[in-house]
Parts: sequence; structure tokens; C-alpha cells
Amino acid sequence: MVHWTAEEKQLITGLWAKVNVEECGAEALARLLIVYPWTQRFFDNFGNLSSPTAIIGNPKVRAHGKKVLTSFGEAIKNLDNLKGTYSKLSELHCDKLHVDPENFRLLGDILVIVLAAHFTKDFTPACQATWQKLVGLVAHALARKYH
Amino acid sequence: MLTAEDKKLIQQIWGKLGGAEEDIGAETLWRMFHAYPPTKTYFPHFDLSQGSDQIRNHGKKVVAALGTAIKNMDNLSQALSELSNLHAYNLRVDPPRFSLQFLAQCLQVVLATRLGKEYSPEVHSAVDKFMSAVASVLAEKYR
Repeated sequence: MVHWTAEEKQLITGLWAKVNVEECGAEALARLLIVYPWTQRFFDNFGNLSSPTAIIGNPKVRAHGKKVLTSFGEAIKNLDNLKGTYSKLSELHCDKLHVDPENFRLLGDILVIVLAAHFTKDFTPACQATWQKLVGLVAHALARKYH
Repeated sequence: MLTAEDKKLIQQIWGKLGGAEEDIGAETLWRMFHAYPPTKTYFPHFDLSQGSDQIRNHGKKVVAALGTAIKNMDNLSQALSELSNLHAYNLRVDPPRFSLQFLAQCLQVVLATRLGKEYSPEVHSAVDKFMSAVASVLAEKYR
């Protein structure tokens, strides 16, 4: 059972309220594909991923990034039940998408860096620590139903 | 593999830090201890409170080593040879692929908070690759 302090919850929801989910999601996914190019293996049908510029401008990347981060938003509404929130998505990522859970950790770390670049000084050490905890738990929840 | 472009970007970014290296080192370590408490187990002899001199001095050392690495990107193995020995035989930090990963993440966050938009995907990628290469070299002599 995950324990969140009141301060942690505030650091999460407070920051989230200022996040543009579409922009942030697009940025995070684009960076995943740029910084860790092997992750492109899951997106053969996305079209042009041949350069950082192509990836950043790719509409499918933007749309999918938004989808992924919107789902993150759901987790934030259900911090006390991440397992339940991600149960179906976990099965999907295992059974249909065949995504190595290591990729969830990579995306989580990238999301933290995107937030850092966006919020700069406001992304304090306490903020980072809380968000690293969150992305770690989300990655864990997504990996839970793997078999 | 670090491309010529990667190396250029890294040198540029490092150049932009304008003397803040010490602060960056201290902040990186502080963030690492905060976000990844198990990393503190390697510093039982340190005062780990915020602003401690020991964190500051150690941060300075770490950043100086990275600075050396950046000046010698074509020969990291040799440039970091002493540190590689130290980590393998004396410090025996859990294989760098785990711990340096936390240090690298925190360094990236510190750079991102200071550079904002300038911490572009290309720069992010270059720094990530560089830190990976450094971790590899530090792990070379583990066994």
C-alpha cells in the first residue's frame, strides 16, 4: 500500500494543474524516441521518425504523447489506487503491445526532465523527489500484470 | 556512441554553466540523496544536511571529474582510469549502471532547471549518452 504525505500530494497536484498535457506529453514522447532511438521499434506505423525535427513535428507522436500523459492524469486523480488504475493498461502493454517494462522507467525519467526544463527553479528537489517516486510507482503498476 | 555533434553540444552546454559548476555539483548530489535515499548509504561518514560543506566539496569533485571527462571525450577510458580504479576497488559503489543512473538523472534535472528550453532534445540526448559512457568507463574494472 503506497503512502503519500499531504505535502507529496500537494507537490503533485499543484504542479499538474499547471501542466499543458498535450504539449508536455508530445515533448516527453518525442524525447523518448530521440534520446533512446530503439524505442522507435514500437512505432513503425508512425511515419517519419528519421530525425529529431521529424519526430518533434510528427502529428502521430504528438497525439500519442497526449494520450499517454492524459492517462498519467488519471493516475494523479487516483494516487491511492495506482494498481487498479493501471490494471487494464498493464495487460494491454504485455499481451498486445509487447513493451518491455524498462521503457516505462525511461519515459518516467524523461517526463521528470521535461518538467524540470519547463518549471525550472520551481522544480525543487522536493518536487523532483516526489515526482520520481510517482513515475516509479506508475512504471511499477504498468508492469504488474506482466506474465 | 558519441558523435562529433554530441561532443560539440556537450562542450557548448558545459561552457554555458559560467562558473556555477560548484553549485551544480552540490545541487545534483542533494537532489540524488533526496530522490533516491539508498544512495545515502555510501556516505555514512558525511553530514548530509542541506548546504553541508561535505556535500559541497564532494559535488565540486564530481563536477571537476566530469569537466576532465568532457575535455577528454576521445579517450574517456584513460582520462578516468584512476577514478575507475577507485570506484571498482575502494568505493565499490553498486555497479555504476544503477547508481550513476541516479546521479545522471539528477544532473540532467539540474541542467534542465537552469537551461529551460535550451535543454533541447538534442542536448538531452548528448548528455545522456555522455553520462552513459562515463558510467561504462567507471564500471570497466569491477570484475
